[in-house]
Amino acid sequence: MAQHEVLSPLPGIFYRRPAPEKPPYKQDGDRVADGDVVGLVEVMKQFTEIQADANGKVIRFLVDNEAAIESGQAVLLIETG
Amino acid sequence: MFDKLLIANRGEIAVRIIRTAKELGLRTVAVFSEADRDSLPVRFADEAVCIGPPPAAKSYLNADAIIAAARAAGAGAIHPGYGFLSENARFAEAVAAAGLVFVGPTPATIRMMGDKAAARAAAREADVPIVPGSEGEVADLPQAAAAARDIGFPVMLKASAGGGGRGIRVAAHEAEFAHHFHIAQAEAAAAFGSSALYLERFLKRARHLEVQVLGDGNRIVHCFERECSLQRRRQKVWEEAPSPAIDETTRQALCASAVRLAERARYQGAGTLEYLYDDDTGEFFFIEMNTRIQVEHPVTELIAGIDLVREMILIAQGEPLRLAQPQVQTRGAAIEVRINAEDPDRNFRPSPGRVAAVTLPAGPGVRVDTLLYPGYVVPPYYDSLLAKIIVHAETRDLALARMRRALDEFEIEGVVTTASLHRRLVRLPQVQAARFDTGFLELLLAA
Repeated sequence: MAQHEVLSPLPGIFYRRPAPEKPPYKQDGDRVADGDVVGLVEVMKQFTEIQADANGKVIRFLVDNEAAIESGQAVLLIETG
Repeated sequence: MFDKLLIANRGEIAVRIIRTAKELGLRTVAVFSEADRDSLPVRFADEAVCIGPPPAAKSYLNADAIIAAARAAGAGAIHPGYGFLSENARFAEAVAAAGLVFVGPTPATIRMMGDKAAARAAAREADVPIVPGSEGEVADLPQAAAAARDIGFPVMLKASAGGGGRGIRVAAHEAEFAHHFHIAQAEAAAAFGSSALYLERFLKRARHLEVQVLGDGNRIVHCFERECSLQRRRQKVWEEAPSPAIDETTRQALCASAVRLAERARYQGAGTLEYLYDDDTGEFFFIEMNTRIQVEHPVTELIAGIDLVREMILIAQGEPLRLAQPQVQTRGAAIEVRINAEDPDRNFRPSPGRVAAVTLPAGPGVRVDTLLYPGYVVPPYYDSLLAKIIVHAETRDLALARMRRALDEFEIEGVVTTASLHRRLVRLPQVQAARFDTGFLELLLAA
């Protein structure tokens, strides 16, 4: 079973939902396709989407909602095949 | 009277306010989040109080924590700076209820100017031109079409419940009006839960002008205008004073209109009235009033020789306005550029991090308002403004030359900034000739 890590392109605050009242982009076990939005990173009042760069299934998120993350940090683990 | 001032802000504006407060002999109290422990305001203020964790909602927007810090420190007044709680009427009320002075206008004024419809109505009553539009909402297509014909094309259809640039469509000609009307109604209903629309004339090539005013609740003076047409995503990046676009007659009419509206509001403190200016017709239209100090206030300070923060504090001390209108005279031209921690080559992606080294410009006619020092770590939590480079010279051409020189001196390592964009702008023929409008920069960047 191959695993793939999705990395944040930016440092900042990680969000799993598009808005506080909305459901998370992805849950553990969800299918995920290359290009799917899996989270948001907020840095200096700008929001940037984090997109999956592989097809597969969400194994688990590696960071909590609203956690501070570094650039290049893995936020999500995907099972690719 | 108060002899101790708490600054409810961070970054360059907190530094700016602390400087003038100290010159006035006031004791200063900085507040800071856990992310700003090693910041310049904390270092420069006489005292500093931690008010919470890094997210602004838990620190710089935490009114209770700020007021508690002021009381514990024995401060008599709170200066809100810009952003954060500066235009929050409830905060201004809470400050007063705690027996402290809010350095700014009354809560009623903040509330009125924060309500677009109320501000428009006040402008109309003060005989200040507003962007031509429908009188409130348009009920149906026949009424809307009639209103559009009166206003003139192109016309904007705006969702009453919209805001921040959302829920807007533009009809270029009468022929396409009905089409846009139906779509705009449906979009407004879907996006905002209300299909109510109102109309406003669409100004294709407008400049952004604004007038600085000072008031003591009885008397108002203006400190002339600034031009802030160079914007990206409605954020100003380059500001100057005076506006290179208007003649003396227009200037006098513009500034007189701002005084009329501020007088009507019995304005107290420093405020800015924002306008759109139509190059083609020479008309100006009031859009809104900011009831606080603004980021770009230094260009006015340099041409008028007035410390606006000093005047704000003295007015808050209860002193009558010291200036009479004839005493407000300007000299030369001033330009400000905003150095943001963003990468112009990567779609202005934010660039927080540790500042390994920094060289700030200096010399004749150069002022730098900044939070930077070597080793400073730019946190990811707040806006990206690192420094404002402001120059003043006898003429606009000399100011441009001075800005070119100042930008060449500016060096920073560790974070990417918008300095490269400004080095490009300052050399651009259109910028040198001041041939720009609020859409210019976006088009330049898209090219």
